[in-house]
Amino acid sequence: MEYFVIVIGAIFVNNILLAKFLGVCPFLGVSNKISTSVGMTGAVIFVMTIATIVTWLIYNYLLVPLDIKYLRTISFILVIAALVQMVEIILKKVSPSLYQALGVFLPLITTNCAVLGVALLVIDNNMNLMQSSVFAVANGVGFGLALIIFAGLREHLDLMNVPKGMKGIPAALVTAGILAMAFMGFTGMV
Amino acid sequence: MNNWVNFTKGFIKENPVFVLLLGMCPTLGTTTSAINGAGMGLATAFVLIMSNLVISSVKNFIPDKVRIPAFIVIIASFVTIVDLLMNAYLPALHEQLGLFIPLIVVNCIVLGRAESFASKNGVWASIVDGLGMGLGFTFALVLLGGAREILGSGSIFNYKFIGDNDGMLVFILAPGAFIALGYIIAIINKFKKA
Repeated sequence: MEYFVIVIGAIFVNNILLAKFLGVCPFLGVSNKISTSVGMTGAVIFVMTIATIVTWLIYNYLLVPLDIKYLRTISFILVIAALVQMVEIILKKVSPSLYQALGVFLPLITTNCAVLGVALLVIDNNMNLMQSSVFAVANGVGFGLALIIFAGLREHLDLMNVPKGMKGIPAALVTAGILAMAFMGFTGMV
Repeated sequence: MNNWVNFTKGFIKENPVFVLLLGMCPTLGTTTSAINGAGMGLATAFVLIMSNLVISSVKNFIPDKVRIPAFIVIIASFVTIVDLLMNAYLPALHEQLGLFIPLIVVNCIVLGRAESFASKNGVWASIVDGLGMGLGFTFALVLLGGAREILGSGSIFNYKFIGDNDGMLVFILAPGAFIALGYIIAIINKFKKA
């Protein structure tokens, strides 16, 4: 039950993109096509889960005993940067076409605030290891859900006749606002 | 003259938020009021100036292959300094901005300027660039925060001009951030083309 609340809360109620505003850069960047956003989602779920587990272990078994908690920002970002590098190498080998599609955005996962944000959130909320990993997967799924819905909306938006000044990013942002409003309907569910 | 161009480009021509669309997360997440926007903007500006200063002075000692991790460590150090300072001297603001202070480290603007400007230019030019970009970012955040505060709670810089509960609450909540920013960029696009 406890995990169910974490999952529903992270995916719908406090969606990482639309309620917490973490990871908006890739949200606007790769949401032109559904296919790329699916690839991005996979990469984010994978990196986010591993990063959260590794940073949780580092924080609780290294930084806390040594009493150097203030180094958490530096150590977390280094771990995440190394992980992304690893994922990039693996993806290049396993699926070159996906690697081509994600191109510039894969290194940008390092600067995806969603990954670091979730790693810091589980520390701030005093979650244990199991809760943290469930929270990370759920947030990755929530990120993917919002990203893929938004990509679908944007594919249609490209065909619409919008006013000149609104074309592109402004129309996309207003659409995101309406999508966020829809997600607000889940408020109070858990 | 050249420094003046470096300084002013951050405000309008290359405004990090409205034109380059960088640093969207803090832009949307912290601008529930003009004051919060200003706090976030100035914290980012400090990190930007200091990291530009350090990176431009040590750029010749950093091997090209490890330059990005090196930049990130430098930036993260200054973010930690800002985090601790704000926690000590501005606890109320620190509470409001919350997670977004440590997240300055992943703000694309900071790393972007380090990579595209500070690693190629001299110390003085880099400081000016950091100052211009930082203040341009602050300007954008105050503008967006002000717009949301006026529409959402009927006040500006905490000075109230309409009764309680008369504001449009949605502008303080998450959807309002996207919609307000969308319309501000649309207005800027309109003037740019005219």
